[in-house]
Amino acid sequence: MAIVPNPHKTTGFLGWIDDRFPLTKIWKDHISEYYAPKNFNWWYTYGSLALLVLVNQLLTGIWLTMHYKPDEAAAFDSIEYIMRDVPWGNILRYLHSTGASAFFIVVYLHMFRGLIYGSSRKPRELVWLFGCLIYLVLMAEAFCGYVLPWGNMSYWGAQVIINLFGTVPYIGQTLVETIQGDYTPADATLNRLFALHVVALPIVLLGLVVAHLMALHEVGSNNPDGIEIKKHKDPKTGIPLDGIPFHPYYTVKDIVGVAAFLFVFFIVVFFVPDGGGYFLEKPNFTPANPLSTPDHITPAWYFGAFYAMLRAVPAFFNTQIWGVIVMFGAVLLLFFLPWLDRSPVKSIRYRGPYFKIAVTLFAVSFVVLNWLGMQPTTTLYTLLAQIGTFIYYAFFLAMPWYTSIDSTKPVPDRVTE
Amino acid sequence: MKRLTLLALCLLAGPALAATEPPYSFKPDTTNTSSLQRGARDFMNYCSGCHSLKYLRYNRLGKDLEIPDDLLKQHLMFTSEKPGDHILSSMPAASKDPTAPSASETWFGRSPPDLSLTARERGADWVYSYLMTFYLDPTRPTGVNNLVLPGASMPHVLGQLQGYQKLIVDPPGEPAPHGGHKPKFELVQAGSLSPEDYKAAVADLTNFLVYAAEPGRNGRMALGAGVLAFVVLFGIFAYLLKVEYWKDVH
Repeated sequence: MAIVPNPHKTTGFLGWIDDRFPLTKIWKDHISEYYAPKNFNWWYTYGSLALLVLVNQLLTGIWLTMHYKPDEAAAFDSIEYIMRDVPWGNILRYLHSTGASAFFIVVYLHMFRGLIYGSSRKPRELVWLFGCLIYLVLMAEAFCGYVLPWGNMSYWGAQVIINLFGTVPYIGQTLVETIQGDYTPADATLNRLFALHVVALPIVLLGLVVAHLMALHEVGSNNPDGIEIKKHKDPKTGIPLDGIPFHPYYTVKDIVGVAAFLFVFFIVVFFVPDGGGYFLEKPNFTPANPLSTPDHITPAWYFGAFYAMLRAVPAFFNTQIWGVIVMFGAVLLLFFLPWLDRSPVKSIRYRGPYFKIAVTLFAVSFVVLNWLGMQPTTTLYTLLAQIGTFIYYAFFLAMPWYTSIDSTKPVPDRVTE
Repeated sequence: MKRLTLLALCLLAGPALAATEPPYSFKPDTTNTSSLQRGARDFMNYCSGCHSLKYLRYNRLGKDLEIPDDLLKQHLMFTSEKPGDHILSSMPAASKDPTAPSASETWFGRSPPDLSLTARERGADWVYSYLMTFYLDPTRPTGVNNLVLPGASMPHVLGQLQGYQKLIVDPPGEPAPHGGHKPKFELVQAGSLSPEDYKAAVADLTNFLVYAAEPGRNGRMALGAGVLAFVVLFGIFAYLLKVEYWKDVH
């Protein structure tokens, strides 16, 4: 199909642009004539909220970069300089640090919504895969950012995470030194993580977000009923009968979501930016010190679940690699969701008890694992983490079985209010 | 030999690192300007000889605590500093080379730490408890030990104000907020302040250190109230707009 310039036949100045660039076409295809199901509930605001947080991170990040110094000797001081001497610097930094945690909360809820309404299922597999890649890059981005203040927890967190690669047989140590650029986390490490954090990963992230949205708009949004609105179109206009234009209906609706989100977000930013020691950890208020290990090293809360899995798996055959495999495997499993789910229906509304029980167990164990990841290890906690890890894995690996034998309710033909 | 020195250093620093939970809880109030001013006065007179606040500038302190420059210079700046300078101490800094300790490390076992961020690193409860729980211990070179920082190398600098107290181990005191029991002390040598006045002085110092750890604290909270009020107002209008638009969908 050849590209038709200015398909909407605009005139005047806009027409001049549309003859040369698909401005009106993009606006209509993706915003004003993108037909979304009319039955979205509040679970569907997290997508646009994730975009909002991304923009917040980019803007505050640019201004922080203007004052931050990626230098082993100057990084910590430059953060305090931002906090004290840069006008609005403390607000910029809290917006960015709280934004990191908010990003994960929003993304976890966004993914959970996809899980319960079957949004990853055919034909939206690529939407889901791009989303999983975004999540993966986001984790790398968050880790790099976490190291930049070069506080003591940054340092030891970097030490632990980079050393995960040391468990790879034969080349482990070389790999660690290659990643670090030194024998321990040092100036070279800080510099390269800075490069990744402010240039490389954001570019990849933005590209993936564009791909995620393009894939979504190609196939159309799923909805809480998990049915295709494109099955029933107006014979004259070809517009889905249960579809409404994204703009203005969902733009005005999402703005309400934005207000609700910002209310909670700003409470944290302005009144409890430390997030009780979870968003900004206490040991990170002292500069990196290779001679002084914090009482217990914990990663940022959003990695808690994976860290708990790492610690839950015992070492055998003289290597810790099993925990590392289980941890990375847990992220990798997400990618297979569209094919693991064999239920004839998509939405949890029309599924039977097996899926509902499984998804509840999964959600509870994920939250508990996150919490466990931030606690010191005890025999009981290790046992709980092992049970949690088992449930996490069983949820995915047994999914083809329990979703195919599960009972279902009849799915309506048209979306319900 | 290098290793031995390192080991010796670790042993010296070791007990100082084995921190225990603070037995008292303290809710800081950084909006009480007169308390902050008293805290600043006591900090400059009793602490600043050894401890720096290297991220805080004198004139920022003056501005935030409503102390005019002339009073600031007269009462809080003792040597040749300028108002824009950071609050440093004359104490020789810690050595970067663990095998060659600096003078202050030789004197105390470790260099007196900068206190700019202590209140954020350890918390207000800890700072308050630390200053309240020095007790006589003849086994220590300084003659005193500390309950929340056992083996602290700092002498009881505020002993002149508080006096010196003895730790009563048996029977244990009432339950403490972070678990365990509140310690019981018996004053054996009175100081220049009554126990109540000393408590108030420690409260002022703790408030001041909480302020020093984040001078922007009051400002962000004041700003936050306005921001939240705006978000609520914005939310109401956004909701009304949504209802208006969605009339034709439902």
